[in-house]
Amino acid sequence: MTDTKTDTKTEKYFGQALKRKEDPRFITGTGRYTDDIVIPGALHAAMVRSPYAHAKISGVNKESVTGLPGVVHVLSGQDVKDAGLGSIPVGWLLPDLKTPAHPAIALAEANHVGDIVAVVIAETRAQAEDAAAALEVDYEALPAVSTASAALEEGAPLVHDDVPGNVAFNFEIGDEAATNEAFKAAPRRVGVKLKNHRLIANPIEPRSSLAQFTPASGEYLLYTTSQNPHIHRLILAAFVMSIPEHKLRVISPDVGGGFGTKIFQYQEEVIVLLATRLLGRPVKWTARRSEAFVSDVQGRDHETEAELALSDDGLILGFRVNTLANLGAYQTLFAPAVPTYLYATLLNGVYKMPAIHARVTGVMTNTVPVDAYRGAGRPEATYLVERIVDIAAHELNMDPAELRRKNFIGPDEFPYQTPVALVYDSGNYEPALDRAMTMMNYPALREEQARMKGQGKILGVGLISFLEACGLAPSALVGQLGAQAGQWESSLVRVHPTGKVELFTGSHSHGQGHETAFPQIAADELQIPIEDIELIHGDTGRMPYGWGTYGSRSAAVGGSALKVALQKITTKMKKIAAHLLEASVDDVEHESGVFRIKGAPEKSRSFSDISLMAHLAHNYPEDLEPGLEATAFYDPKNFVYPFGTHIAVVEIDTETGHVKLRNYGCIDDCGPLINPLIVEGQVHGGITQGMGQALLEDAAYDEDGNLLAGTYMEYAMPRADDVPTFQLGHTVTPSPHNPLGVKGIGEAGTIASTAAVANAVMDALWHECGVSHLDMPYTAEKVWKVIRDARSQPQAADD
Amino acid sequence: MNVTVNVNGKSYTRDVEPRTLLVHFIREELALTGTHVGCDTSQCGACTVHLNGDAVKSCTLLAVQADGMNVTTIEGIGTVADLHPLQTGFWEEHGLQCGFCTPGMIMSSAELLKHTPNPTEDQIRHHLEGNYCRCTGYHNIVRAVQHAASAMQGGATQAADD
Amino acid sequence: MYPASFEYQKADSVDQAIAALAANPDLKLIAGGHSLLPAMKLRLAQPPALLDIWGVQEMKGITREGDWYVVGAMTTHAEVLRSDLPLFPEVAGWVGDPMVRNRGTIGGSLAHADPSADYPAAALALGVEFVIRGPSGERTVHADDMFVGMFESAVRAGELLTHIRVPATIQASAYEKFRHPASHYAIVGLAVARHASGEVRAAYTGAAERAHRLPALEDAVKRGAPAPTGLVESGDLLGDRFASAEYRAHLVDILAARALARLG
Repeated sequence: MTDTKTDTKTEKYFGQALKRKEDPRFITGTGRYTDDIVIPGALHAAMVRSPYAHAKISGVNKESVTGLPGVVHVLSGQDVKDAGLGSIPVGWLLPDLKTPAHPAIALAEANHVGDIVAVVIAETRAQAEDAAAALEVDYEALPAVSTASAALEEGAPLVHDDVPGNVAFNFEIGDEAATNEAFKAAPRRVGVKLKNHRLIANPIEPRSSLAQFTPASGEYLLYTTSQNPHIHRLILAAFVMSIPEHKLRVISPDVGGGFGTKIFQYQEEVIVLLATRLLGRPVKWTARRSEAFVSDVQGRDHETEAELALSDDGLILGFRVNTLANLGAYQTLFAPAVPTYLYATLLNGVYKMPAIHARVTGVMTNTVPVDAYRGAGRPEATYLVERIVDIAAHELNMDPAELRRKNFIGPDEFPYQTPVALVYDSGNYEPALDRAMTMMNYPALREEQARMKGQGKILGVGLISFLEACGLAPSALVGQLGAQAGQWESSLVRVHPTGKVELFTGSHSHGQGHETAFPQIAADELQIPIEDIELIHGDTGRMPYGWGTYGSRSAAVGGSALKVALQKITTKMKKIAAHLLEASVDDVEHESGVFRIKGAPEKSRSFSDISLMAHLAHNYPEDLEPGLEATAFYDPKNFVYPFGTHIAVVEIDTETGHVKLRNYGCIDDCGPLINPLIVEGQVHGGITQGMGQALLEDAAYDEDGNLLAGTYMEYAMPRADDVPTFQLGHTVTPSPHNPLGVKGIGEAGTIASTAAVANAVMDALWHECGVSHLDMPYTAEKVWKVIRDARSQPQAADD
Repeated sequence: MNVTVNVNGKSYTRDVEPRTLLVHFIREELALTGTHVGCDTSQCGACTVHLNGDAVKSCTLLAVQADGMNVTTIEGIGTVADLHPLQTGFWEEHGLQCGFCTPGMIMSSAELLKHTPNPTEDQIRHHLEGNYCRCTGYHNIVRAVQHAASAMQGGATQAADD
Repeated sequence: MYPASFEYQKADSVDQAIAALAANPDLKLIAGGHSLLPAMKLRLAQPPALLDIWGVQEMKGITREGDWYVVGAMTTHAEVLRSDLPLFPEVAGWVGDPMVRNRGTIGGSLAHADPSADYPAAALALGVEFVIRGPSGERTVHADDMFVGMFESAVRAGELLTHIRVPATIQASAYEKFRHPASHYAIVGLAVARHASGEVRAAYTGAAERAHRLPALEDAVKRGAPAPTGLVESGDLLGDRFASAEYRAHLVDILAARALARLG
């Protein structure tokens, strides 16, 4: 009796919180991830990884493992060289960028702990691991450097001889003179020196690759854990393996989370392809978690000094930023773009900042490469902007919410040209702030904070307003900025004779629910039941071209491509209907699931009538091709700019310093929601990853380049009892330039929550101890010491 | 060594090396790939199965240690046609995204509901400390377990009434 | 992920296990395997041969003998958690996670003497007795003599911890723990127990190379004085990037006060 939804025909799928079509296989354990795939006769590869952060490789003694059970072959850097394989390329070139070679197996030097120096291939994985452990490699340890600032010091060890001073690039954006003028004239300035520490994405599925070469046809098949199989095919075929693109099929089946770290071209994928070519048998490799820690591309790692100029009443007048970005030992696909075009261009935040100037120095170190990790540059920018705005509010004795409100770009000021290149197309920031404050009962939180001051438990309230630029990206624009790729997306719609529909997309779903959300778009456009639609993705052999999933681009770019392809289908179907109904196309309407003549709704043809005729072509327009397929390539006109306000509430145990995230609420604006269930899930997960950086996660290295957090015993990630139930809400400001009006939501939670939780902790410590900044993560001892020191010096507050 | 393990109601005898972990036995010998490996330090919980009815991490158990025992994997607790209430709960409440941790989450949650049929949110969160999820932020996983608890209690009540 | 190869055998009885250990000094005991197997998977441990004692029935379960509980070494944390033992059930709830608790054993954990394990503090506070069998027979070791050093207990090569004896007359007890954020092992775990005599015993784990009693705290309680601070010298403690020795010393004080407050 509770189910009143009997008529679904008029109900739009877009906007419905449908449960996901892909879930039955996952909840029954029948998903198919790369490591689940078995090809008979497959060999197994085990990587021999450098235990040194920097070392000369003086010898790989292959004989040391010949004759061990199951060992079939050993590969060294020399074999990669002899095979003529190219360096793994960088996909985004900045002016004067220094890009050191990145071979699939290190030849002369290992440049980080975990760098691959040899590979053992054996009949079983256990045998491969046995032999990898036994293989003798001679190293001569070289001095190493692990932080960007240390790498820039006079006399620092050089990571690569061809990158002088370890500087890969110097990047500058904004107007230095105008910013200097603004600072000269400004009555107030606040400064901060901060680290945005390094993180490891840690999707729960470790990376895996399985390659098969078929000599008779010269074809390669690669199953791999990728967010963008087409990019892998392009890089592997054109740049690394020098094989024809049409002879390489890359399949990225179910993928157990990516978060950026499965975008990149890795050494191991090249290795399994080379090995299968050499050995004529399939070759598989799956990472152990402890390998993932020293080989999965890592994220963040900035050292920044910044200053904000303000008027006495809190108007922002200028912002100046100097950031050192640690790139690690090699540059991977987007590495140069992340701390520049995805970071420095976002330093304007949601505020009117008349003058900004930023410098970013990209620095090589003997650490695992750093590239995009969920948010990619935008969390770093948001953290910096929102931290310094909070510090300003404290120092000006203003409520952080009011300082923000005062500086917001107004709703009538769009499109808004920032001093750092971006043009914001739309936004309305104040309603999100107001709603978040109401939802969390902000005044009551401040009262509670005042009551708890000086007690055993103290409260901190962190509020941030943010925006991001996502939906990557207009191809011509990113091309001008150095991208070696287009950033459009494609979609193919195939309508079968019976009216069942397959959608193909170059986007890839590794948790984002494309297999539900894309059919929701299609079901509305085609006016057929969603059960009749299937989305297929992740296989270069089945899809048109695509650029994959990252930068919160799937809905805005891939979804838009789908929309355009669907429109081509319905346009063609109207032509067929007009022919069958003996009417003019202009008189045909597509309504209530049928094609009918306006004003004469009794004359109609069903969707499957038309699809069947498109395939039979018996009674068919002369000038129309048979068949019912359409492909669209959609290039976005601009980025999309989701925004919102997030509020975190932390409780700190002053005796231990333990920080507990007690409440978290947010209002996000990602435009219209295709599927609210999926959107909210993305926000929940994003918040949790972001809070992980603020409170728990830290991929710390010692000064010799050893990762100090190399297993889950040392690398703390949020567990279920580290987070509360979240409170979510939305405002809806559609993107003005794409056909769905949608923006992006995959990264918003992460971009916002690190800053929100950090501000909450620092809000507590400011009110309790007058401390304006501490670096994350806010581990218990760090927090306890600040409180202890403040409480043991009661006079200091009076001075 | 020969081991005989009853998995999902069917007895399997295989000759394995002593070092074969139960998870590899399940995945590689029996081709039941719903049980996943997410770490090598016994923390992520993706490999959780039931051993003689108790949830255990199958990556931290030798296949030879399971000789003569009963193992239930995710494939054994419900099918698409006949879902376990936890499977339904995870589906209904969007308790999964990439799906990789999901089998472990479900098998672990089943252990909770066995001992605590009507858990509080805190009990659920505390119970799941041996299962990492990197996608959902746990929010909907908590709801999924609550959904299942409620369904199982409703079912039990109904059964009692019959 | 794959341990190095080893030989494997099972024991069905204590006698069989002792005989096997005597016959092969390379044999390493495996119980629940939740300390050993993770180390073997990372190849930090590569024992040539394992003796599985999980199936030794005489080492399982909890029985009451007068004023003592007798706990088989192969009793799992999960069984401890749901038992009537004093203090140990609370402590077991802090060990690992539910899956670990279904396989890990109280005897395995105590004999392993991990410096950041939870049970040793409870064992010291409760004053349990360890029943250890070897080729020359059985001996009983008091908790005060059990934990010798880092990963070193009083159980010698060739011996087997078969049971622990837990006083059944404890009047009140409490365990307070501050967890490592990643491993959830104890940065400091602190146990207190009031015995039938009125004596309060207290001990900490996690902070030092092994678990220790806290005589200063016990004396203060005896005198009716408030819990003192500076219970342990930071110079004697471990330190790492999550928790310095100084911080651990502070946590001992804080957790001691909290645990005592719960004793009432």
